[in-house]
Amino acid sequence: MKILVTAKRVEDPESKIKVKPDGSDIVKEGLKYKINPFDEIGVEEALRLVAKHGGEVVVVSIGGKEVQEQLRHALAMGATRAVWVNHTGALDQMGVAGLLQKVTEKEKPDLVVLGKQSIDDDQNQVGQYLAEYLGWGQATFASKVESLESEQEKSKSPALVLGADGKSVRVVREVDNGLATIECTLPAVVTTDLRLNMPRYASLPGIMKAKSKPIEELTPQKLGVDVTPKVQVLKMAAPPARKAGIRVPDVATLVDKLRNEAKAL
Amino acid sequence: MSIVLIVAEQQPDGHLRKATLNAVGAGKQLADKAGAELHLVLLSKDPSKVTEELKGLGAKVVHTAAAPEFEHYLAETYAPAIAELAKSLNASFVGAASTAQGKDLLPRVAARLQAAMATDVLGFGGSGADIVFNRPMWAGNVFAEVKLTTPVKVFTLRATEFPAAAGGQGAAEVKTFSPKVEGGKTKFVDFKEVKSARPELTEARVVVSGGRGTKGDFKEIEALADELNAAVGASRAVCDAGWVPNDLQIGQTGKVVAPQLYIAAGISGAIQHLAGMKSSKTIVAINKDPEAPIFQVADYGLVDDLFKILPALREAVHKAK
Repeated sequence: MKILVTAKRVEDPESKIKVKPDGSDIVKEGLKYKINPFDEIGVEEALRLVAKHGGEVVVVSIGGKEVQEQLRHALAMGATRAVWVNHTGALDQMGVAGLLQKVTEKEKPDLVVLGKQSIDDDQNQVGQYLAEYLGWGQATFASKVESLESEQEKSKSPALVLGADGKSVRVVREVDNGLATIECTLPAVVTTDLRLNMPRYASLPGIMKAKSKPIEELTPQKLGVDVTPKVQVLKMAAPPARKAGIRVPDVATLVDKLRNEAKAL
Repeated sequence: MSIVLIVAEQQPDGHLRKATLNAVGAGKQLADKAGAELHLVLLSKDPSKVTEELKGLGAKVVHTAAAPEFEHYLAETYAPAIAELAKSLNASFVGAASTAQGKDLLPRVAARLQAAMATDVLGFGGSGADIVFNRPMWAGNVFAEVKLTTPVKVFTLRATEFPAAAGGQGAAEVKTFSPKVEGGKTKFVDFKEVKSARPELTEARVVVSGGRGTKGDFKEIEALADELNAAVGASRAVCDAGWVPNDLQIGQTGKVVAPQLYIAAGISGAIQHLAGMKSSKTIVAINKDPEAPIFQVADYGLVDDLFKILPALREAVHKAK
């Protein structure tokens, strides 16, 4: 089977995000960048599916030249080849989904796997937009029932289960108060939640190999997509600051403060 | 007059989801600002169970559609029906609570309506046609003002930021509609309710969280949580170590919580964790290390061993009951 996975470039979740004084953007200096953690889970799941059923994993990222780092990371994990949509400047979820639609129509994968959201804009929308644009079924927030320490996890088998005929995929979804299981006819769009798997580390031979794997370059113009943003971020601000707290000497004082001052108990 | 259409959500047990009341509360705020009428919509196998309740929430019209295909929620069957109604009403805004269903459904509705969307809205600014949406980015490290430039604007909202609509506010007109049921590529298989004696993390009033300082021993965390009827959370480090399941993870890559009271025990306060909990109303930090960054966001800090403090705290809470 052929799986298309996304690898968005985002700020490292361990970075301290600060807003510029004029509220136009965040301060980019000194930040480290990574593959979106939810996308990394998607790459891992795609690799496991292909290890079990054969086929290839194609990774796609949209952005300036720097997103090749994230593509190389996915290639080092084991993806077969990469598609880079070269675009600098603002982009919203409709633009991203429009570009991914064209790449999908070009690649004709059986499955598109994306992180459920990216940890910069936290929109949680692109997979759903893409499924609707393509007219495909969608399974968002794919999760796994077993805990991370299960034998299944150790054996690195996929959590997404293909139907016996290979024409559908069964997905356990993490929803409010429980787990919903649905089955989607292929091709389909799946978005990954935190509990789906634990992404592998890229091995040294993997990293060496990734250097010679092909990256195809496309542009919004080549794909014929108008990416003028329909979502405009007018202003950014730091969240309201917390008042400086106090140290309490003991449990009795803490309980008293929680009860009478904070009214939290 | 333009219309704000709020999507109501029925739970598998037939009841209205509580977050829907907050969504209706938000819909009222938006309708006031935009000078619009508030309408609600519910798709269900049997809408009659909650129609009465929906009627009294202060909306102008409640639209319901009944079909056997709506028994189990699927984006593929719900999205076309909601979009069809929104189109026929010429609705300017379509919104829902940021529940798992809201987050799954609304982007698909938006795509169908060629509408831009804002997720997890915290509030509305502007007025008339120039409504702006306030929403968090970078897991709440940034608050952004966002403008959607498409004619139809779609959003999900964070329920805890809006007042719940109260019942008994007159009777809305009820209109039934019969959308063409689409779908067929996705099939519902089953739903397993995760039954826990403890409340769900993102809905709990109190959360007790453990970090590396627990060394993987969560007994005292759980005991205090049970005493407080609280949910149990954890930092990424302890989830990564495999000490507790990943679904307890609070942080930028885990769950974002904002309870009334957050008790962090043995948690140093890495940025990734703070992003997931710093909107909590009151934060208590218990840590042996006086330099731990968690103390910078805590309202009350106690520098001591959690294995000594947690049992004492549990005892004190129990006695005070």
